[in-house]
Amino acid sequence: MRLIAENLGGERGGELLFSGLHFAVSSGEALMVTGPNGSGKSTLLRIIAGLLVQAEGMLRLEGTPDAFEGLAAAAHYLGHLNAMKPVLSVDENLHFWQSFNGRGQYSIAEALEYVSLGEIGHLPFGYLSTGQKRRVSIARLLVSDRPVWLLDEPTAGLDKASETQFTGLMRGHLTSGGIIVAATHLPLGLEGSNELALGAAS
Amino acid sequence: MGALFLRDVRLGLRAGGGALVGILFFLAVIAVVPFGVGPDLKLLARIGAAMLWIGALLATLLGLDRLFQADRDDGSLDLLIMAADRHMLALTILVKCLAHWTVSVLPLVIASPLLGLFMNMEPAAIGATALTLLVGTPAITLIGAVGAAVAVSLPRGGLLVSVIILPLTIPVLIFGVSASYGAVEDPAPFLAPFLILAAITLFFAVLGPVAAAAALRSSAD
Repeated sequence: MRLIAENLGGERGGELLFSGLHFAVSSGEALMVTGPNGSGKSTLLRIIAGLLVQAEGMLRLEGTPDAFEGLAAAAHYLGHLNAMKPVLSVDENLHFWQSFNGRGQYSIAEALEYVSLGEIGHLPFGYLSTGQKRRVSIARLLVSDRPVWLLDEPTAGLDKASETQFTGLMRGHLTSGGIIVAATHLPLGLEGSNELALGAAS
Repeated sequence: MGALFLRDVRLGLRAGGGALVGILFFLAVIAVVPFGVGPDLKLLARIGAAMLWIGALLATLLGLDRLFQADRDDGSLDLLIMAADRHMLALTILVKCLAHWTVSVLPLVIASPLLGLFMNMEPAAIGATALTLLVGTPAITLIGAVGAAVAVSLPRGGLLVSVIILPLTIPVLIFGVSASYGAVEDPAPFLAPFLILAAITLFFAVLGPVAAAAALRSSAD
């Protein structure tokens, strides 16, 4: 499996943020997208997720596993927002995403265990702290199986211990042949990952 | 899809879901009509079906702007759109509309016979009005989905949604009320307007979600 971008350009509000991007990420590889604020990191991720249309160029996923129909279907997107309902409990939220996204991987209890939140499944999501909310959101990546993870500032609000734990989860995903594209300011601790610096040239 | 329906119903029923707002509004409107119109029982009975329909229409419009905005605010909408290969987006929207209708509009239909008594309507008229509301109000929700999808990115889109969709709901109102009258007033037909009402609902069950899906896709930013 290989995620390939050729001459990719993205715009936001009519202004070209980046253009002429070439990259290829293979199974088991991670791509760190770095760059100053406003350089188009989130835009790039949203283009890969199919939520925005690219201004130019091509984007494709070669060798998609049969179960997935396209790039958007094969990707998990973890954006700035957690996509959880505050009034529903953590369990209910995760259960919904698992049955909606299908292809269950870990059970909800297991996924919560992986982010060290095994005890709080019954609490309403709105009661949690910022970091805990983020960890529940990370648990969402685990309850359904998707080979491509698109992570936008995944560690925002996480403490040191959770960051290390998340690095372990990402490493596990890569070992099992997944692809990670992450926009980040902080090093995520993945050795051997490639870096794509946006906005550096101008 | 069942999971989405259950989630939206749960959200509507829990605190802050706003399911009660519509029914309270409906109760308030119908309860003040007799005070405004005066104690003319015949007049009340004559305008009863129309007042119930207008009250239900306005109450249905109340919560519609939040149909997609709540999902957009917490990022769920992105994931619903991304899942389009798995669950057709129009179908996702149809399920969301059904859940919204079940939680916020079905109670109006259930309460309408009681409110019909306030209006001194005869049993046949009450039954016909409840039946036409049952068949006609889904169309309002489905039309509303289009307006809600168009205005999803606007922070105060509530009024705009109502303004956009109100003209489109006029046929629903006309045929709903004329079918209700047709059930009690002899020369007027019941079946013809009732069938047209059902046809409008079926028509928008197809067109509404497709149009709303197109609007949501283009509004993603």
